[in-house]
Amino acid sequence: MNRQTVLSSSPQAVVARALTRHRFSWVDLLPWAVIALVYVVADTYVPLGTQVIIMIIFALSLDLAVGYGGIDTLGHAALFGAGAYGAGLVALNLSTEPITGLLAAGVAGAVVALLTGPLVLRTRGVTQVMLTLAVSTVLLEVCNAWKSVTGGADGLAGFRIAPLFGAFRFDLAGHTAYWYSAGVMAVAFLFCKVIVNSPFGLTIRGIRENPVRMQLLGVSVRLRLLMLYAMSGVLAGWAGGLTAQVTKVVGLDTLSFVLSGNALVMLILGGTGSLYGAILGATVFVVVSDRAAAINPFHWLFALGIVLILAVRYAPSGLVSLFEKGAARAFGRKSG
Amino acid sequence: MREAPLPALQVEGIRKQFGALHVARDVSLSLPRGARHALIGPNGAGKTTLVHLITGLLRPSAGSIRIDGRDVTSLAAEQRVTLGLARTFQISSLFPRLTVAENVGLALAARTGIDIRPWGSLRRQSAIIDEAASLLQSLTLLDLAHRPVTDLAYGRRLVEIALALALKPKILLLDEPAAGVASEDRAMLLDLLLRLPDDIAVLIIEHDMSLVFRLAQRISVLVDGAILTEGSVAEVRSDPRVRDVYLGTRAHA
Amino acid sequence: MINLPTILTLLVDGVSYGLILFLISAGLTITLGVMRVVNLAHCAFAMAGGYFALGCVRYAGLDLLSALVLATALTVVLGALLERTVYRWVYATSQLGQILMTMGLVFVMIASANLAFGSSLQSLPVPAWLAGTWETPAFTLSVYRGFLVLVSVALGVALWALLEFTEFGAKLRAAVDNPRMARCVGINVPRVFAITFAGGCGLAAIGGILGNQMLPLEPWYALKYLVPVLIVVAVGGLGSLKGSFYAAVILGLVDTFGRYYIPAGGAFIIYVASGVALLWRPEGLFGRA
Repeated sequence: MNRQTVLSSSPQAVVARALTRHRFSWVDLLPWAVIALVYVVADTYVPLGTQVIIMIIFALSLDLAVGYGGIDTLGHAALFGAGAYGAGLVALNLSTEPITGLLAAGVAGAVVALLTGPLVLRTRGVTQVMLTLAVSTVLLEVCNAWKSVTGGADGLAGFRIAPLFGAFRFDLAGHTAYWYSAGVMAVAFLFCKVIVNSPFGLTIRGIRENPVRMQLLGVSVRLRLLMLYAMSGVLAGWAGGLTAQVTKVVGLDTLSFVLSGNALVMLILGGTGSLYGAILGATVFVVVSDRAAAINPFHWLFALGIVLILAVRYAPSGLVSLFEKGAARAFGRKSG
Repeated sequence: MREAPLPALQVEGIRKQFGALHVARDVSLSLPRGARHALIGPNGAGKTTLVHLITGLLRPSAGSIRIDGRDVTSLAAEQRVTLGLARTFQISSLFPRLTVAENVGLALAARTGIDIRPWGSLRRQSAIIDEAASLLQSLTLLDLAHRPVTDLAYGRRLVEIALALALKPKILLLDEPAAGVASEDRAMLLDLLLRLPDDIAVLIIEHDMSLVFRLAQRISVLVDGAILTEGSVAEVRSDPRVRDVYLGTRAHA
Repeated sequence: MINLPTILTLLVDGVSYGLILFLISAGLTITLGVMRVVNLAHCAFAMAGGYFALGCVRYAGLDLLSALVLATALTVVLGALLERTVYRWVYATSQLGQILMTMGLVFVMIASANLAFGSSLQSLPVPAWLAGTWETPAFTLSVYRGFLVLVSVALGVALWALLEFTEFGAKLRAAVDNPRMARCVGINVPRVFAITFAGGCGLAAIGGILGNQMLPLEPWYALKYLVPVLIVVAVGGLGSLKGSFYAAVILGLVDTFGRYYIPAGGAFIIYVASGVALLWRPEGLFGRA
């Protein structure tokens, strides 16, 4: 597949090898193996699984922005909520076909990203965080006030979703929703991998390392970051759209600071800048929250909090780094 | 009668101040195509600031900058680069956690416009790979291609130059390329600089006088933000004012 | 609508709300500005103060002001203890690590509050001599609000005096201006910070207790009011108490007037206003670039 010259140590080969990339490996299949396993063995956990998958997609979108782009945001729910409301409004007014709604959700997320990006990307650090927060809160209040369209505090409800591909009804047990979400997650993950391995991905990494130098290479940093933000918006929009279609309800909580904060926590927990961290962090966060709440409705937040504090102490670069260290020791070489 | 060709870089009457501090006073400079022009002066004279002004990281309070006759004073830094301006940094400004090959690859991708493509892989761009390979080879960086830049000590200086050359510039601003380079390696650096393409206009800021005298055709002397004098190497060398201000001291290592 | 009594009432309400926000934000602006620690748990200390006071009132039968003193002391101790332990873990880590740890702390504190006092809104009793209103020919002033303004302003002045005239204040200002230089000059920056951190928690507690009427006590308080507090700190400028003061008072006024005159969307006026302020001056009103 690689265009190699005759000698494997030719200058071109040396250079090509020195360009790092995220290879596809068997590790990438793990999440879907787990997804399949849960479906077969632990059927009651399928609805929880769908929740996890949706949060994974959201965390992946956040990883593109935060982990790769270095964009500090506590307002990513604005893009998620845009997707949710987009899908909900399409289902209510245009078409109950799910893929249509999903595509609309992605577009909605991208549009909000493109509109707010020029404001938000002008700044860095705490100011950027505050601006993203301000933007998502404004969006939330707008949706709150615009009752006629968004249903205000009550949100959107009562829309139907047509069977997937015309054949698979969204059943009450949530099986269709599960595989539908898993499919979207596969596309999202592929999307991320392709971007990260592309020349654009390298440019983004360069911007992260040294934005001034990038400018002096003739690169418009703001434009590239805006593109990345829009791509992140598409994925976040898909996650929001899925939530709307799977639960058939859209509320203001899809735009909330709590959602943005949780997503950021999930990503940091798992580890930024690796894509796998987003998957791992989202899984651990959602599962721990859910299981702890099931065991004791009062103490679940406490347990989650302790997990986070301990994670910082013992896995400061995220849970993924623990796995990487373990794998390196087990296999005697650097992974990835 | 044919008009004289426009200078590659023309700096006229540049002024810059930070509050009461004047860092550039009415500085003018002209680089014809293929120039080898040195800018010398004591520390703190404002040489690096001038480079920041020319490249667009700083905006002047007054004056103009032209590339090939085109006024670029109000253009952003990245726009000036696409018009053919490149620079190296005195304190190397690279992409620390990326490998040497990735650093150069980025510059090549930026120049060719591939950097914006969100699919495919840089590895498969054979033209870029070829160019990167030959550039790294000519700078003896091929062995270090896979190392992250932060692991390098001396090689960083060469990577700086590689990045600038990768842009195939018309105008090259070298900010103290010999700073921190051990004397044994300076011969190699000089050789490299002498081999720069003839059609590039080069402005070199340096303290190493032996390098300056071998490389430059014209020299400008900057003192306290203002040009003291400008002329051919012989003229500047024999100017007593310059000797007073600068040439009497030892060259910096 | 636009008559003097209404305007004056709104003015007092807005200023008192702003001053409460200032008391709560003061500690955070120093934490973020001096040690660059993203302490998302800061508002939780205000909440802790409120709940400690509730405990004092309910189980020790204290009146509001005695409870204020005791609860603030307890919060200072809590802050000092946490600083010595979990916060020390994250000083050296990246900002993301700090976000993770402090969010974990918030969750633990919210859960603890829920456990101890349940999830409903709690109010602290106002002592009789502060209750009621003060009638004048011009307008009606709530006695408690007036008291709030006086106490907050007094605290603000005391804080300013501490910074300007005491040795500790000088050390703190040095540490804010240039932590590395301060260390070189022999200032024990970690100790200055530890004291400031605990003090900031205490101030937040006072704000949480006194401001109970405007910011009612409930377990989600820690997250609910974090956003306005962060906005005050960002708009005012990290590390600038003066900035927090002005930003808080302005925010209080804009919010109060906004909600009154534009019921439909008044709530988000402060967010639009802060967005504009931050785009105009990204480093904050009094921050350094």
